[in-house]
Amino acid sequence: MEHFISLFVRSIFVDNMIFAFFLGMCSYLAVSKTVKTALGLGVAVTFVLLITVPIDYLLQTQVLGPNAIVDGVDLSFLSFILFIAVIAGIVQLVEMVVERFSPSLYAALGIFLPLIAVNCAIMGASLFMQQRVQMDASVSTQAINSVWDAVAYALGSGIGWLLAITALAAIREKMAYTDVPKPLKGLGITFITVGLMAMAFMCFSGFNI
Amino acid sequence: MSLFNSKNKEALNNPLWKDNPVVIQVLGICSALAVTSQLEPAIVMGLSVTAITAFSNVIISLLRKTIPSRIRIIVQLVVVATLVTIVSQILKAFAYDVSVQLSVYVGLIITNCILMGRLEAFAMMNGPWESFLDGIGNGLGYAWILVVVAFFRELLGNGTLLGFQVIPDCAYEAGYMNNGMMTMPAMALIIVGCVIWAHRGISKDE
Repeated sequence: MEHFISLFVRSIFVDNMIFAFFLGMCSYLAVSKTVKTALGLGVAVTFVLLITVPIDYLLQTQVLGPNAIVDGVDLSFLSFILFIAVIAGIVQLVEMVVERFSPSLYAALGIFLPLIAVNCAIMGASLFMQQRVQMDASVSTQAINSVWDAVAYALGSGIGWLLAITALAAIREKMAYTDVPKPLKGLGITFITVGLMAMAFMCFSGFNI
Repeated sequence: MSLFNSKNKEALNNPLWKDNPVVIQVLGICSALAVTSQLEPAIVMGLSVTAITAFSNVIISLLRKTIPSRIRIIVQLVVVATLVTIVSQILKAFAYDVSVQLSVYVGLIITNCILMGRLEAFAMMNGPWESFLDGIGNGLGYAWILVVVAFFRELLGNGTLLGFQVIPDCAYEAGYMNNGMMTMPAMALIIVGCVIWAHRGISKDE
């Protein structure tokens, strides 16, 4: 139980998707203009993560890992293709569900919903999970050794991403009224803002749970 | 129809400055930030992305008339994923240290928006040779930004370039100190912000 909690909290604050690994930066910068759409995309990303990472975990341990299907065969070089196929399938599913139940959110997210398929946050979480499968839970708090660990990791990463995008959107809404030098306007100042936010998040890095 | 007529030249040159994938179109930012704490992985990453963009552009451009438009995203992803797998295996075999440093970011080339963006916007509509040039142009446009960012981060963060010390010992004796912040993720963002600032300041015609 303790391991879940520490994995969950670590992946929100210490190993934050945006501030520590820059995953999902493209949509992070493009969709963070208003809090409402940012929140919507954050929830969508969390949801997709929550489904794909455990599925990819099962694929990794049951199919791809060393000696998983046939003794002495390590199929993990196939993981890129399999993971991306799972992600693309799940995103298609989420898109249909959102279109059916919340047309306004669907319209607001626009092109970025299908683009979650190529959002590095999802693929990145799966690849980090693949690295962490080999770790030992008694040594490292980052180890992922069961499906439930994978769920905790996915949920934490998703919430961390949601937190980051909502915070940035709120700052950008306020920043619309400030006087920024012209060449720095828009993208440039956004990068610097994210940099300062990342610095603030750096203070969590000595955090041991 | 020469190989380098003006249209083809444009496909190659535009992405380098005027239409740069990183600073103008804001694509492929994730890896541009993550692999740039040192120069060597940044160069390797830039070259890998250039090769993958060029060849995936050629393959998709050759297939463009046979791919049904409904499933084109999946087809593109599979082509890209295959090329990335090849590059990742080559890196593991011949440059193991760099591939460890790049860790998951090699795999993340699959989800690099530059690739999908070029495939959708260019390769689906143009012939293989133009697409190849466009891929090379965009890859290099991405690579030079990486090299600039990595140059400053390694120089100011470690006092080295490509692992060789360039700031002389006497500077350290006189009280110069490396800025450890430069190797942290936060400064990558701020440097990219400054690169964008400089780029927009220079090309005023916006």
